[in-house]
Amino acid sequence: MAQVRVTVDGVNYADDVEPRMLLVQYLRERLGKTGTVVGCDTSNCGACTVHLNGQSVKSCSVLAVQADGAEVLTIEGLARDGELHPVQKAFNECHGLQCGYCTPGMIMAAVDLLGDNPDPDETEVREGIEGNLCRCTGYQNIVRSVQRAAQMMKPGASVPTESPAPVAGGN
Amino acid sequence: MTTTAEPTTELGKARTRKEDARLITGRTRYTDAITPHGTLHMFVVRSPIAHATITSVDKSAAEAAPGVLGVFTAADLGVEAVGLPCAWPITPDMKSPQRPLLATGTVHFAGEGVAVVVARTPAEARDAADLVEIDYDPLEPVLDMEAALADGATLVHPDLGTNENATWVFDSGAAGTGGSVDEAIAAAEADPDSIVLKRRFRQQRLIPAFMEPRSCVVDPTGEQITVWAATQVPHILRTMTTVTLGVPEAKLRVIAPDVGGGFGGKIGVLPEEMLCVALAQRLNKPVKWTETRSESLLAAHHGRDQIQDITITAKKDGTVTGLDVHLLADMGAYLGLVGPGVPILGAFMFNAIYKFPALKFTCTNVFTTKTLTDAYRGAGRPEATFAIERIMDELAVELGRDPMDLRKQNWIAHEEFPFTTVVGLTYDTGNYEQATEQAMATFDYAGLRREQEERRARGDKVQLGIGISTFTEMCGLAPSRVLGSLAYGAGGWEAASIRMLATGKVEVVTGSSAHGQGHETAFSQIVADQLGVPFEDVEILHGDTQISPKGLDTYGSRSLAVGGIAIVKAADKVIAKAKKLAAHLLEASEDDIEFNAGQFTVRGTDKGKAIQELAFAAFMAHDYPEDMEPSLDAEAVYDPENFSFPHGTHLAAMEVDTETGKVALRRYVCVDDIGNVVNPLIAEGQVHGGLAQGIAQALFEEANYDDQGTLVNGTFVDYTLPSAADLPSFESSTVSTPSTSNPLGVKGVGEAGTIASTPAIVNGVIDALRHLGVTEVEMPTTSQRVWRAIQEAQGRSTQETPVDTHSPGAGLGSIDPNNPQGEVQ
Repeated sequence: MAQVRVTVDGVNYADDVEPRMLLVQYLRERLGKTGTVVGCDTSNCGACTVHLNGQSVKSCSVLAVQADGAEVLTIEGLARDGELHPVQKAFNECHGLQCGYCTPGMIMAAVDLLGDNPDPDETEVREGIEGNLCRCTGYQNIVRSVQRAAQMMKPGASVPTESPAPVAGGN
Repeated sequence: MTTTAEPTTELGKARTRKEDARLITGRTRYTDAITPHGTLHMFVVRSPIAHATITSVDKSAAEAAPGVLGVFTAADLGVEAVGLPCAWPITPDMKSPQRPLLATGTVHFAGEGVAVVVARTPAEARDAADLVEIDYDPLEPVLDMEAALADGATLVHPDLGTNENATWVFDSGAAGTGGSVDEAIAAAEADPDSIVLKRRFRQQRLIPAFMEPRSCVVDPTGEQITVWAATQVPHILRTMTTVTLGVPEAKLRVIAPDVGGGFGGKIGVLPEEMLCVALAQRLNKPVKWTETRSESLLAAHHGRDQIQDITITAKKDGTVTGLDVHLLADMGAYLGLVGPGVPILGAFMFNAIYKFPALKFTCTNVFTTKTLTDAYRGAGRPEATFAIERIMDELAVELGRDPMDLRKQNWIAHEEFPFTTVVGLTYDTGNYEQATEQAMATFDYAGLRREQEERRARGDKVQLGIGISTFTEMCGLAPSRVLGSLAYGAGGWEAASIRMLATGKVEVVTGSSAHGQGHETAFSQIVADQLGVPFEDVEILHGDTQISPKGLDTYGSRSLAVGGIAIVKAADKVIAKAKKLAAHLLEASEDDIEFNAGQFTVRGTDKGKAIQELAFAAFMAHDYPEDMEPSLDAEAVYDPENFSFPHGTHLAAMEVDTETGKVALRRYVCVDDIGNVVNPLIAEGQVHGGLAQGIAQALFEEANYDDQGTLVNGTFVDYTLPSAADLPSFESSTVSTPSTSNPLGVKGVGEAGTIASTPAIVNGVIDALRHLGVTEVEMPTTSQRVWRAIQEAQGRSTQETPVDTHSPGAGLGSIDPNNPQGEVQ
């Protein structure tokens, strides 16, 4: 057993863990942070993406002990004081999710992407979230969500969040 | 892209989804998040060999491992005689092997379970599984469908005496719904003004690859056994658990909590689910199983895998006269819940939107030593649509016609609806001209044809191809009597109930079971319109057999077209009861009560009661008519009178690098007629996702087996789902000829994109290369396949690939002998 001290979503934890325990297993099985999900076993799908000291990581590719002394942010800690993060709002407004399974990882990856590139074009979004797989949406509305979030997060931006998203269809 | 004006009714409003609130915050409850106190964890020890005799199982080391409660074979659990159900015996003499919970004696595919380990933690179970020593004596694998049917072939199930599961035939001549195909072919062969065209197409093996791996938790504590499962079909799972294990149905509660996608891949009744029930009963503790992704790709049912031999006859003026369809469909090692019927669902769609006077469909299902196949998004209809849309292009080439003009000549004109087709289905509504005109205008079809000519003339290394798919489908499964005529093991109705709560809110219970489709939002919109209550006041309950005791679940684009109509029927009953109570309280005749937007008013007066007031009055029950019960609640079961027939025109601009074989999707335009749209935001999302899956079949995905029957790309490293970077944005829009077969005029949209898009892409790839002599590229149209097709068409040599691993149906088309692990995109 090895000891790990870690701050997750603003709460301090100290636990003894098996050295081989993955961060995602620690989050789900020990802390009950089941909002972060597992979609594969080869670090391809990105469903388990969280932030480790502010950088997005696939938590299946990090050992729990590697997070010792670190700050972890999961999807469950992204909203602050009941206020959704702009990326969360944008995913809702632009219908950037269907079954929702890839969504926690997709949102955490998108938040990090926008930190690096606050105004990505479509290609930059598509390449930026390439490590996160979605089987439901065809990605189009995810791309739209990330770009809408970028507009909402611009300094001084006041994008009306209740306006209906533009959609195709209907004559 | 057009922006819709917000309608005043809920129907047609682009509501953002209710269910998102929990999904974007991680406040989710997928099955693997459920771990009751004392839960034990099951891990399945699977055969690494496709076909083998089990000579010994040594459990001793595993049993001694830390945390292990037990290691069990089928014999240890006393379940050797238990067979998993197949609910669709397509012919009376169908050959049906027993599908065991765990293999006993012989394993029939790589990935089949042989034993299970139960331990205190998932890690301990998995560690101990590595210690179970199983010895196998390998048998010859059975991989190629045609070889499997040949005399002297190794038999997957020797006791059946054949590898043929069944042969199912529909002949429009014999059925009296059309002419004889044999006569049509004979006439065409004898007529110099007719042609007979034959093509072979291959539907590669695909994996549904829902994002949430399958999982179940079985809690035997308490009076009812509770089963949480990542399933599309909680109601069917409950009934089938009773059929399989004999647990009384009333002692079972099945809950499908949040479910992370299905696409047909979660309609099964799983050996793992049944094992968890058996183990929970034996150990008196909750037992949980969650598969790894690699297990999922290996052992969860696959889809497609057909060889299609198509013969079309036509007059040289372009008029089609007959279609003869011969399919071989790979069932894999066993029959899934509806596996043998999946190809049959395509039987009625090969004629598509065209006025064929004669059609014959013959499908032979074949057993092989591969993972079993069953429903995957579209189930039978993508295969049919691919074949007909591909061969319409081939016919156009043979006749020197523009492929769209040839389609127009043969399709059902809008004034001909309702139209009864050669297979006896009645298409209620449609307007192929309208969808096509809009799609061609958006696409600039003529402009792209000019560009194509210019590039050909210039000899550009990147050539442009235009792919067309003018598809239709039958969805809204299904009228129960039709299912009965096909020997399907259930009806096709759906149930709904509405509870008017004392506080004026509305609970709606549906038997449809959502796993990403947005039922909670779309059904709330329907109820808000029907009852005149606020959208926010409607709560949709589903996916729990104690809350929603009656239902037939979600598949076949049926949730709206069947489940949604059941809700409308229940709302009608609520309104009828409320009207009676309103008349009583307002001291008016029931005939004088008018209902509009949630208000019951006495005609010609300002007297009225809101539906919420009436719900409260019914709850209080202090004053109500003598001939009614004090309740507005109602339930309904709706059995559809017909399928619905969405259609659309899909156009793809494909760019193919003739030096490298690399294929790029430049533009994708589609105009779908899905009838009235409840929520355009959700409908558009369904189209996008469907397109991605259909395009992935054309370009990216294939389950590859090696010559020993081992799945060689069973991880997300090499089973290449498209990422965001692999796809463009689609230009999708809708038109509407409302269905006349249901009161909402809806048609269904869940499978449309997948059914339509695959042939559009492949037709585009081949169109780009046609002038180089290329006539066929098998799916997925990878760079290697395209490059080889170009070289072969140009008479240049390419390295030979061994026939036994490259033949159609072997599932090995992507295998390069120098790179046997398969291509990485």
